[in-house]
Order: sequence, then structure tokens, then C-alpha cells
Amino acid sequence: MNTYAIAAIYYFEMSRWLRTIGQSIAAPVISTSLYFVVFGSAIGSRMTQVDGIAYGSFIVPGLIMLAVVTESVSNASFGFYFPRFTGTIYELLSAPVDYAETLIGYVGAAATKSVLLGFLILLTANFFVPVHIQHPLLMLLFLVLTSVTFSLFGFIIGIWADGFEKLQIIPTLILTPLTFLGGSFYSIKMLPAFWQKVSMANPIVYLISGFRYSFYEAGDVNLSVSLLMICFFLIAAFCAARWMLKSGYKLKN
Amino acid sequence: MIPIDVRNLNKTYKGNFQALKNINLHIKTGEIFALLGPNGAGKTTLINTICGIVRPTNGTITVDGHDIITDFRAARSLIGLVPQELATDAFETVWHTVNFSRGLFGLAPNRAYVEKIIRQLSLWDKKNNKIMTLSGGMKRRVMIAKALSHEPKILFLDEPSAGVDVSLRKDMWENVRTLRDSGVTIILTTHYLEEAEEMADRISVINKGEIILTDNKDDLMKKLGHKTLTIDLDQPLNTVPPFLSAWKLDLDACAKQLHYHYSTAGGDTKVPQLLAGLSKAGIAYKDIHTNQSSLEEIFIELIK
Ligand SMILES: Nc1ncnc2c1ncn2[C@@H]1O[C@H](COP(=O)(O)OP(=O)(O)O)[C@@H](O)[C@H]1O
Ligand SMILES: [Mg+2]
Repeated sequence: MNTYAIAAIYYFEMSRWLRTIGQSIAAPVISTSLYFVVFGSAIGSRMTQVDGIAYGSFIVPGLIMLAVVTESVSNASFGFYFPRFTGTIYELLSAPVDYAETLIGYVGAAATKSVLLGFLILLTANFFVPVHIQHPLLMLLFLVLTSVTFSLFGFIIGIWADGFEKLQIIPTLILTPLTFLGGSFYSIKMLPAFWQKVSMANPIVYLISGFRYSFYEAGDVNLSVSLLMICFFLIAAFCAARWMLKSGYKLKN
Repeated sequence: MIPIDVRNLNKTYKGNFQALKNINLHIKTGEIFALLGPNGAGKTTLINTICGIVRPTNGTITVDGHDIITDFRAARSLIGLVPQELATDAFETVWHTVNFSRGLFGLAPNRAYVEKIIRQLSLWDKKNNKIMTLSGGMKRRVMIAKALSHEPKILFLDEPSAGVDVSLRKDMWENVRTLRDSGVTIILTTHYLEEAEEMADRISVINKGEIILTDNKDDLMKKLGHKTLTIDLDQPLNTVPPFLSAWKLDLDACAKQLHYHYSTAGGDTKVPQLLAGLSKAGIAYKDIHTNQSSLEEIFIELIK
């Protein structure tokens, strides 16, 4: 194992983030605050409780997932696409580094940033509403699994994209709708029976539900189903990324 | 051990374009080897294939006996690559980017060594500058520093003098020789005959994906060193005087220039005798200059 290479990539990706640390902190704090003003206060005043939880508190896990999913994908995809765009990728491709080391470096760094982001939002939310976490370890597990899975997914987009537009297409056209319809701001049980069924095809529903369970012991789907699903996505994304790196797909002509 | 051994290598890009055709190449330890060929000949493709950036379609490549696919770690650890295109991390400092390269190639940090490399390339006073603030020539030297950061035994330089001005080119050639003297095997590409002649111990001529020939520089220059001597006359000449017929001179259309075609092979160019002959006959001239045959002319010569 080329641990020096893993450290070099990880450190490179983290320092890229640290250069704009102010922005990295300010952006999620501001957007979370806005969500609480709009959803928590304006809507929450009419919709007092969901699943027996105050609405403001109810949306906290969903908000964190929303940010973590979006940020993981955009950070990891940009982090790998940019060196391809500038041409500096030649160095990684000619280095004695295998697929696993590449993934640990890039995906590890992106996931680290996402986990930190999750905690930052949790902290911000605490200023607006009471947040209670019933199962902290389970919460951490979900947070880490989601961060890793979607960083892997972003990494795949970073290999697949051959322009900045393509980098945006999947997040805007697929991911954002799925996260908004995944129960970030409502319980799936509030939907008509037909749309409840349709929602079950949305993988994000399982993430948010499991994550919310770790806070309030209330979720739309069974906890073990949630865990199984996230593990399934993780493995699928890992296999795809591994295949891409090993075959040199879009990287080695 | 053969530093680089390429056997029956073919590369076909997507869209069925064959960029390399049955390449065989054996580099010797400690030499400076030049791949000489016009733009689009396949020089970069060949280098990138050896370095792992482009996948070979078939054939085998070993680096010091290590197969570049099955034993890629050992093979790649030995190689430093300075690619043709300037590609640097604009926001990183010189110091960080060179240390990054060392780590990427699996070596423990060594500040003293990295400092030595950066000093050698005259970048020490820029070590804390972001790369985007450097000039083109400095960026190229940063890329050389990155390639040397992991103490490679084999260094690839893809068109090292592209975009480097003439004065710096001499410095760079000096740097390359120093490296060779320290035991590094060097493979460079160029489309300038003069550069290959100046630098290389051996030269391969490559055209349209095929290696046309590989030879020692001196032998190759004998075969290819065709030159034209042009003499600008003071007064137009009506005909070439008969006593100069041995030189087979051409008189140009306005009768004010004489052209003498000769080969540097064998050493005796008969140029001094020609000039002496002109003086004796009282034919005055203002200026003389020589032209080396262009690569294109050489290819026509070689393919014949
Ligand atoms: N990624 C690629 N896909 C398709 N064709 C390519 C690619 N890279 C290079 N080529 C083609 O291969 C040929 C050799 O290119 P290259 O190796 O860059 O030549 P050189 O370095 O000698 O100028 C050229 O005709 C070029 O257009
Ligand atoms: Mg080239």
C-alpha cells in the first residue's frame, strides 16, 4: 500500500478546501438559517407536528442529509474533474498508485468534508430548534456511510464528465429532485397512497428515514431496510468507481 | 537490466486511428536518447504509453525488467515524466507541489532532497509563490522539479524546449547533461534535428507511428547531415566557371547566389577549397550561410 500517496492526495484535497474555509463554513450556516426561517417559522407555525415531533426539529435530519448529499457529490466530482480539465491528472496516472489508494485519497477527503459539514449544520440547527439525538452512534454511522457513498458517486461523475456542464447535469436533474422528494421536509406517510409507493423507488427516502430514526426513533421505513439500502448503494458505487479506475475508462484513452 | 524495453508495441486510438505501429525500442543505461519526428508522429503517444497514461493496444513494455502493467508499481517508481503540455496546480506553492509529487510516488518526506532539486532548478526564491504567479519557463522547471522529486532513474522529457527561449534552452541542455552524468537515463522527444544532434547519444527517427531507424547520433548525422552552402555574390555571374564544376554548383535565377550541396559525412566537406577557388578567380561575395536539411527532407531521403 502506497500510504504516502494516500496522504499526499488527502492532504492536497483538504488544503484545497482549507484555502476557502470561510466560504465553506459561511455557506451552509447561512443556507441552514434560511431554511429555518422559511420552513421552520413560516410553515412550521401552521404545521406544528409531524410524527409527533415539532416541525422545526423534524426537518433537521433531512436538512443535514440534503446538504451532505449535495456537497459530497459536488466536492468529489469537482475534485477529480478539475485535474483532468487542467491536465495535471497526468501525474496521478503515471504514479505507482492503484485504484484503492486513489479512492481512499479523493473519496476520503470529500467524505471528511461532508461529515464536518453535517456537524456544522447540526450545530447551526441547535440555535433555532431543540435537537435531540437518541442514537448518536447510529447517527454517526449513517452520516459517514452517506458521505462516503455520495462522495464515491461524485467521484464517478468526475471521471465520466467531459465538460463542466456534464458535471452539473446529474446533480441538478436527478439528485436535487430526489433529495427534495425524499422526505427532507415531510413524512412520506403524509402523501396519498399512490405517491407513497412511488417514493419507495427513491433511494434518498431510505437514507433520510434511517437518519431521522437515529434522532427521533421515527422513520418512514424500517431501520434495517434503510441500513441495507445504504450499504447496497455504497457497494454499487464502489464497484463502479473501481471498474472505471482499473479499466482506465475515460482516463487512459 | 535494460532501462526501457519496448517490444512489438501497437496503439490504436478510439475511432480506429493507429498512432503506433509495431514499435521496438531498447534504451541503454545512462544514455540520452532522442525520439525525433514531426508533429503527430506519435512521440507523445509512445512516451505516455510507457509511463502508464495511455493504454497499449498490444505489445509489451518493461522498465528495468518490470512489466508496466503487471508490475506497474516497480516500473513507475523508476520513472519521472515531464509532459509536453504545461499543466500545473495554479493555486499550490512550488514547495507544496514538489513535495506532493514525492509523496504520490511513495517516498517518505525528505526536505533536504526537495530543497536541493528546487535550488538546482533556480526556483528556491520562488518556493513559497503560487505557481500561477510564475512565468512559463519557471512553470516548466517546476514540472521538472516534480518529475525529479522522487529520485527517478529514468527521466522522460516530452519536447523539453517547446516554449523555452533560446538562452534558457542552453541552460536546460546543461541541466539535462548534469542529470545524465549523475546516472539518470534520459529519453527526450523533439522535432528539431539540431536539438537531437546537440543532446543525444542515440536517436530514433519516428514518422506516422513507425520508427524508421535507430542509430548512434554520429552515424545518423553522417547519413542525414545534408547541408546547403549559399554564397551571396557581389556581382551577378553569367555562368558557373568551369573550374568549379567539381562542386556541382547551382546558380539561382537572378544569378546573384551560388548554392553548394554537400554532406558532412566523412568530414571532408570541400567547403574551404571552394572558397579558396572563388577568391583565386576574383569572384567577390558579401556573405555565406548554410542550411541543414529539414526533417521533411530527411524523411524523403530515409523512405527512398
Ligand atoms: N487521445 C487521442 N485520441 C485520438 N487520437 C489521438 C489522441 N492523442 C493523439 N492522437 C493522434 O495520434 C497521433 C500522434 O500524436 P502524438 O503522439 O501527440 O504525436 P507527437 O507527440 O509526435 O506530435 C496524432 O495524429 C494525433 O492526432
Ligand atoms: Mg508530442
